[in-house]
Amino acid sequence: MGLKGKDLLGIRELETDEIGLILDTAESLKEVSSRDIKKVPALRGKTVVNLFFEPSTRTRTSFELAAKRLSADLLNISIATSSVVKGETLFDTAKNLEAMMADIIVIRHSSSGAPDRLARRLKSSVINAGDGSHEHPTQALTDLYTIRERKGGLSGLIVTIVGDIAHSRVARSNIYALVKMGADVRVAGPPTMMPAGIDKLGVRVYHDLDEALSGADVVMMLRLQLERQGKALFPSIREYSRLYGLNSERLKFAKKDALVMHPGPVNRGVEITSDLADGVSSVIMDQVTNGIAVRMAVIYLLSAGRA
Amino acid sequence: MGILIKGGYLIDGKAKMGEAYDILIEGGKITSIGKDLSPGPDCENLIDATRKVVIPGLIDIHTHTREPGYEYKEDIRSVSAAAAAGGFTTICTMPNTRPVNDNRTVTEFIRSRAREAGIVTILPIGAITKGSQGVELAEIGELYDAGCMAISDDGRPVMNSEVMRRGMEYARGFDMLVISHCEDANLSSGGVMNEGIISTRLGLHGIPPAAEEVMVARDILLAEYTGCRLHLAHISTAGSVRIIREAKSRGIAVTAETAPHYFALTEEAVEGYDTNAKVNPPLRTSLDMAAVREGLRDGTIDLIATDHAPHALEEKELEFDQAPFGISGLETALSLTLGLVEDGIFSLEEAISRLTINPARVLGIDKGYLAVGVDADIAIIDLDDRWVVDPARFRSKGKNSPFAGWKVKGSVFMTLAGGRIVFSR
Amino acid sequence: MGNKLIMDSMGINRALSRITHEIIERNRGAQELVLIGIRRGGVDLANHLARKIKELEGIDLTIGELDITLYRDDLSSKKEQPILRKTVIPFDVTDKKIILVDDVLYTGRTIRAALDGIMDLGRPKEIQLAVMIDRGHRELPIRPDYVGKNLPTSRNEVVKVTLDQGDENRVVIEDGA
Repeated sequence: MGLKGKDLLGIRELETDEIGLILDTAESLKEVSSRDIKKVPALRGKTVVNLFFEPSTRTRTSFELAAKRLSADLLNISIATSSVVKGETLFDTAKNLEAMMADIIVIRHSSSGAPDRLARRLKSSVINAGDGSHEHPTQALTDLYTIRERKGGLSGLIVTIVGDIAHSRVARSNIYALVKMGADVRVAGPPTMMPAGIDKLGVRVYHDLDEALSGADVVMMLRLQLERQGKALFPSIREYSRLYGLNSERLKFAKKDALVMHPGPVNRGVEITSDLADGVSSVIMDQVTNGIAVRMAVIYLLSAGRA
Repeated sequence: MGILIKGGYLIDGKAKMGEAYDILIEGGKITSIGKDLSPGPDCENLIDATRKVVIPGLIDIHTHTREPGYEYKEDIRSVSAAAAAGGFTTICTMPNTRPVNDNRTVTEFIRSRAREAGIVTILPIGAITKGSQGVELAEIGELYDAGCMAISDDGRPVMNSEVMRRGMEYARGFDMLVISHCEDANLSSGGVMNEGIISTRLGLHGIPPAAEEVMVARDILLAEYTGCRLHLAHISTAGSVRIIREAKSRGIAVTAETAPHYFALTEEAVEGYDTNAKVNPPLRTSLDMAAVREGLRDGTIDLIATDHAPHALEEKELEFDQAPFGISGLETALSLTLGLVEDGIFSLEEAISRLTINPARVLGIDKGYLAVGVDADIAIIDLDDRWVVDPARFRSKGKNSPFAGWKVKGSVFMTLAGGRIVFSR
Repeated sequence: MGNKLIMDSMGINRALSRITHEIIERNRGAQELVLIGIRRGGVDLANHLARKIKELEGIDLTIGELDITLYRDDLSSKKEQPILRKTVIPFDVTDKKIILVDDVLYTGRTIRAALDGIMDLGRPKEIQLAVMIDRGHRELPIRPDYVGKNLPTSRNEVVKVTLDQGDENRVVIEDGA
């Protein structure tokens, strides 16, 4: 039993037992981070490259710690997209990395599909650390792990994802993952933020937040991209917050022990109030901790010697 | 002097001859069509066309030749060779070169380069507005005098309806055809593929069908109001087909084209982020594809154009949203069109008319049929030849084809333009 | 393709009793001891030893469970990563006398990995090794302190130890394919 592909490009391509394997492996690896010496020798001599075409401290750091705790060598490369435009294509960059014998390339890119296109060309394993509005598989796996840890399972849970589904890679990956694991997934937001045909992904669409929260086990708030305000997706932050912001009054519609999640970074007071973000229901910090174990699991599982 | 094509099944495009005939060519013209013609004493070339089909040279109303300005993508010589290899003897060049073909100098440059290449007939299309900026009208009268057959701001649709109205009105004064690339640039803004479940899955920004249909409707209404001859480029949606059908039923002077990728592919070709399937308008759904086929069958869509849009390899190697739109289409158009005959959409004769006499009529040129006295623009095709599309073997510099690896049937055996053999397999 | 029975549950029980006596004798009781079983066969054996020690000495020993996968020396040559299982060591190993337990001792590579794994968790006072079967073919200088049975084998045989089936417990040799 292992992962079928050489890469982790998205949750869409994963089978249920592969998701289970990643979560179980992460559970075994979480112990490493609780030690005094947070390191195991499993991946000595392997090279992991963080290739980030889009700034992201959080995800980059999480992958960095994950690789280092497995004793892999890690290289951080941040490339402003503007310098790529000057002639060097994504493939040129990647070919160079491969020539440097990188075993795993972790890529974050503002263009959907960039990891996919890279993976087709390279022998190295490619891990998608977020591409455009496409997928962010390790974030979704982290969220799954966190929910499973708190709720003991995933099947049958009601999970409500709130916000700009159309532009969210976190939402897409979570929808695929949760639906595959048997959860009952709802998405909520204004119609302008619902991508075409979203219901075909096996979710139910709500435009009324209170209704969407009713009886929910998990509430997953998405970050509102404030810069999208000018693009006619929503009239104002004030109205968005009033209709789709989460506060403790609203949370009462959900189950008493509902979890509140957010992939970060949080716009406090916009999609979620500060008291909730830091409250007892919030597992936002667990998401950060678990992210390392999940990324360790993915790196571990993809780093088998392809003899 | 003289060429005799013997024994080919003739589709002349007009008189439905539909039998094996011989064709004698002298001085670049067809001088005789008949049974059992014998080569004269000065016949220097005898072509055996038995078991092949002889058709008028194909006419493409929609080609991007890229020269001047983007010769790294394609130039007039390479596009001419590609056209000949695809069975085309006449191509119309879209004005989105650098500089834009919005004045006599550029038009004359293109015509002189075409003469130098001397392979196929190249008819320039001028811009509607200066620099195709959609603000001020180009000197359309001068473009007409310089030899432009039509005007279009292809690729950069005229968003300002007032400017479009005036462009149509002004063109009517020269009885010039206005070709509209129907796209509402606000509705399509940022889009890179059809909007729907696939764009949602791939996380790519979608272009709704309405971005095309809104403009199809607008331009039909403006054509009706101004009395201008309007031709709608690359129709891709069921909605557009429906609007055009309704307009034609009311007798409005509108014609329309589609391109092979809209009747041969759907948006699913984009899966895997294949930039060779990135085209504007985008590949649509199977329902749209069916409507386009039906439109071609019933004549709502008059003709098939290639929208040949060659790009350099490194440009198509960019990330999907960064890569340019376009498909290199001259060398696959005929085979894909013959595929519609296989699929039972229409007869072989009808298929050929969509690529010959129909575009000639829309353009108002005396081409697209075979008869004594006309230019010897002829394609000889082999209907039974099965081949695999390999862009590496294209004459075009643009190897960007989503049809790579497709097994197709029907190929060009020989192309004659003005009585000269310009391609031979 | 015959399976050869090497020990039945009676035999295993006798060996367990003997090892338990040896451990208690050598360590003058069991007060300072902790048990760490190597997943998965070693954990069953560690549980048996803990029960025997409790019978004899009346002491409940804590048992740790160690997964050595992350310390294997053949990870980079495997086509597929082995399944990771949880390491649960519910005590600080520093200054402890550890009885490391495994079912079968073979090349010694698993024990090397286990020793490294334990050392990463702290600095024990002493580590002793107890195994049910020592089948030979050592590739590293590792020697058990307590052995249930020395069993000469050939490399293409498989030694299978069942310790969680009560009266059905047994040790058999299977012909490897």
